Amino acid sequence: MSAVAAPSRTPPRWHPKPAIRNPWLRYGLLLGGLVYLVLAFATIDVNWNRVVQGVDRARVLFAGLFRPDFMSRYEFIQIGILESVAMTVVSTALGVVLAIPFAFGAARNIAPLPVYLVCRAIIAVSRSFQEIVVAIVFVVMVGFGPLAGVLTLAFGSIGFLGKLLAEDIEDIEPSQLEAIVATGGSWFQAMAYGVVPQIMPRFVGLSVYRFDINFRASSVIGIVGAGGIGGALNTSIARYEYGTTSAILLVIIALVYAAEYASAAIRKRVQ
Amino acid sequence: MPVDVVHGVPVWRKRNRRQTLLTYLGYLIAAVTVLVAFRFISGQTLWFFVLDAPEQVADLIGRMFPPRWSYTQRLWGALWDTINIATLGTLIAIVISVPVAFLAARNTTPHRVLRQVAMLIIVSSRSVNSLIWALLLVSVIGPGLLAGVIAIALRSVGFCSKLLFEAIEEVNPRPLEALASAGASGGQIVTYGITPQVLPAFAGIVLFRWDINIRSSTVIGLVGGGGIGVQLNASINALQWSQVSVIFAMIIFLVVVAEWVSAKVRGAIQ
Repeated sequence: MSAVAAPSRTPPRWHPKPAIRNPWLRYGLLLGGLVYLVLAFATIDVNWNRVVQGVDRARVLFAGLFRPDFMSRYEFIQIGILESVAMTVVSTALGVVLAIPFAFGAARNIAPLPVYLVCRAIIAVSRSFQEIVVAIVFVVMVGFGPLAGVLTLAFGSIGFLGKLLAEDIEDIEPSQLEAIVATGGSWFQAMAYGVVPQIMPRFVGLSVYRFDINFRASSVIGIVGAGGIGGALNTSIARYEYGTTSAILLVIIALVYAAEYASAAIRKRVQ
Repeated sequence: MPVDVVHGVPVWRKRNRRQTLLTYLGYLIAAVTVLVAFRFISGQTLWFFVLDAPEQVADLIGRMFPPRWSYTQRLWGALWDTINIATLGTLIAIVISVPVAFLAARNTTPHRVLRQVAMLIIVSSRSVNSLIWALLLVSVIGPGLLAGVIAIALRSVGFCSKLLFEAIEEVNPRPLEALASAGASGGQIVTYGITPQVLPAFAGIVLFRWDINIRSSTVIGLVGGGGIGVQLNASINALQWSQVSVIFAMIIFLVVVAEWVSAKVRGAIQ
């Protein structure tokens, strides 16, 4: 066997290609990012004395978190959870019913332009504001309590379901709709037999998903007085009763997970 | 499909009688559940305060308009803080969520116990809202930007890790096998086999989370986490509704711009 000639030099080492080919842009972006980071970190003025004080409190918090105390505020926790669940159920039902006309109005293929613009504007407003900000406004309107929470979550559901459902309506197969119109179906019949069957699975799936989201949100809007477990949570933290805080957090986590699993299971079945 | 005969003419039905009854029973149970829940809420509500809601709305709108636009001058700093809370929170979340995701993915986790630990981190991070994280942190380290940044980061870790570990579990195994058979070490497989496959998805996840974080950081100041929410809280407490409407306008502006930027950049990299 003749000896294979050894390569005279080691082959050039392979490097992965850079993501941005233009070096000026590449290093420019890197530099810009670094400058931003420095500026951003500079704005966080940390009061180190306060943080050091906090270390003690963090110890109490962690100790409390590992020893949940369900009993001493049992009634507040119970009422809060019941309120959260009731708010979720009512607001999802209300939101779903109210979202349907907005979804049809916001679909460009079936709604005339003025209706479309109005519906899209309302959906955009609903989606831009966090639940908690909407909750503040509703608390001012109807007073403290779970009713404000129900209105908040229903308002949020309109934006969410309205937008996603409108996109599904815009994506339907138009020939079915045309067929029903061609056989002399009225507008209502065209919607009921041409559009609804096509979006029904997505509609059920999205409603169940929104139920899940509403439950998560219902645990925080109590912070501003809109009912639910958030109020009890806020109070327990303000009083440094971290055992109760921990109990409430555990209940929230358990319920959020139950809701998420149920929601995922239902969505898998209908889709 | 079941068929009923009405006056000698066959009529097709979608469901047979049993299915129809079960469907109606389902509707009935749903309706009763909603009504029972509503009764409970109604019992917890002081309807006296609800009755004057129309007057309250009219009053509120009267106070909000015209907005005091001169107040905008004092909001730029808060707006800058808000963007920083979201961005720094997202960056910290990236640093933490990458190792957590690799521990949580079935095909890269070093041990089953570590996977469960990673899942626990993801679960608790995801089910606690960033406002609740902020409440806890403000009570521990005091109000300010730092509490807001950490709260946003803690909430985002679960989100980013969950989506990243799902992406890691779905990578094409063939490049990894090729690398392994060429003698690559574990670290090299991760660097040259997995990373290129999940990087675009991860960039998309992070930008999506940044968009969500901008929204959250506009309100995190309500509980003391810094940003424009602090001004919002102060204006509401002082009943300065003409300032509140300016802040609302600013929040909408910020949210719309962030959503646009996030969508544009995601479109450009994918």
